[in-house]
Amino acid sequence: MSEMVPTEDTRRIALVDLLDRVLGGGVVITGEITLSLADVDMVRISLRTLIASVSALVPDPAEQDSADG
Amino acid sequence: MTADDGVWLYSITTDSVDDAQLAEVTGVAGEPVRAVASAGLVAVVGTVSLSEFGQEPLQRKLEDLDWLAATARAHDAVVAAVTRRGPTVPLRLATLYLDDDRVRVLLTERREEFGATLRRVTGRSEWGVKGYGDAKILSQDVKEEPSPTGAAGKGTAYLLRRRAELSAQQDVERKAADHAGEIHAALLEQAVDGLRRQVTDPVLTGKRAWMIFNGTYLVDNDRIEGFAALVTALDTERPGITLELTGPWPPYSFAGIDG
Repeated sequence: MSEMVPTEDTRRIALVDLLDRVLGGGVVITGEITLSLADVDMVRISLRTLIASVSALVPDPAEQDSADG
Repeated sequence: MTADDGVWLYSITTDSVDDAQLAEVTGVAGEPVRAVASAGLVAVVGTVSLSEFGQEPLQRKLEDLDWLAATARAHDAVVAAVTRRGPTVPLRLATLYLDDDRVRVLLTERREEFGATLRRVTGRSEWGVKGYGDAKILSQDVKEEPSPTGAAGKGTAYLLRRRAELSAQQDVERKAADHAGEIHAALLEQAVDGLRRQVTDPVLTGKRAWMIFNGTYLVDNDRIEGFAALVTALDTERPGITLELTGPWPPYSFAGIDG
């Protein structure tokens, strides 16, 4: 039996796009909550640093093309 | 639920969504998700352990990229699943309540706002449009100043050349900004609402491409084809600019309730 996968499930989501939306978008409710990411900007900055340091470890095939730039 | 449990909120939807429709859906802790109903609204929630998802452990784990990526994808998967079943107001990642009763109080107290937002996003979805620029192609129309020759000394020639390079660079950037503004204006005409986000650092996208535009739009579902066609048309008719369409997203950027 073959399975039908809805297109929404197969959408390729770049992590950065996703984090921008789930950390930067969505309804923010403060108040009677155990956690609120009050310092979202701070969190995002540190995440960006983290992601940058991860991607820096991955060799970039386009690197050589830009040698003349 | 025990004292060590918390309630993770994924989204708010209408009471046409119930437990039966959420039977196959699991959340950030792999937990089953369920509907908490009050005031004609439903909050889609999951019970999670506060030893893993409480404030202190969360703040530590947010720094773990693998954990964060998995959690963000799980959160989004639940929101997306709810979106397929009805209009949805997504909650920001990591919104936790102590128990279901407090969630019901939230729904009752904010009934008007959630109701208005749900009406606003009904029959609509969010679409992302990113634009990448090719500096070489964009600079083709930009006039190049003739390089100085002859009498001028070596140092002067260098300074003049340097100045010309800088000014060419500024021209290309201005041109890219013009394109970005025009693209946004054109897309807004086919959308209910739209906003421009910060362009993403190329280091983060893993591409060396130069991102010049990052917009997100709320589009009527029956106008999606036209919107996609417009993106393709803008992409085609603007040499030096490549557009990328993503979606449908739950309306994260247009949920519009704060505080």
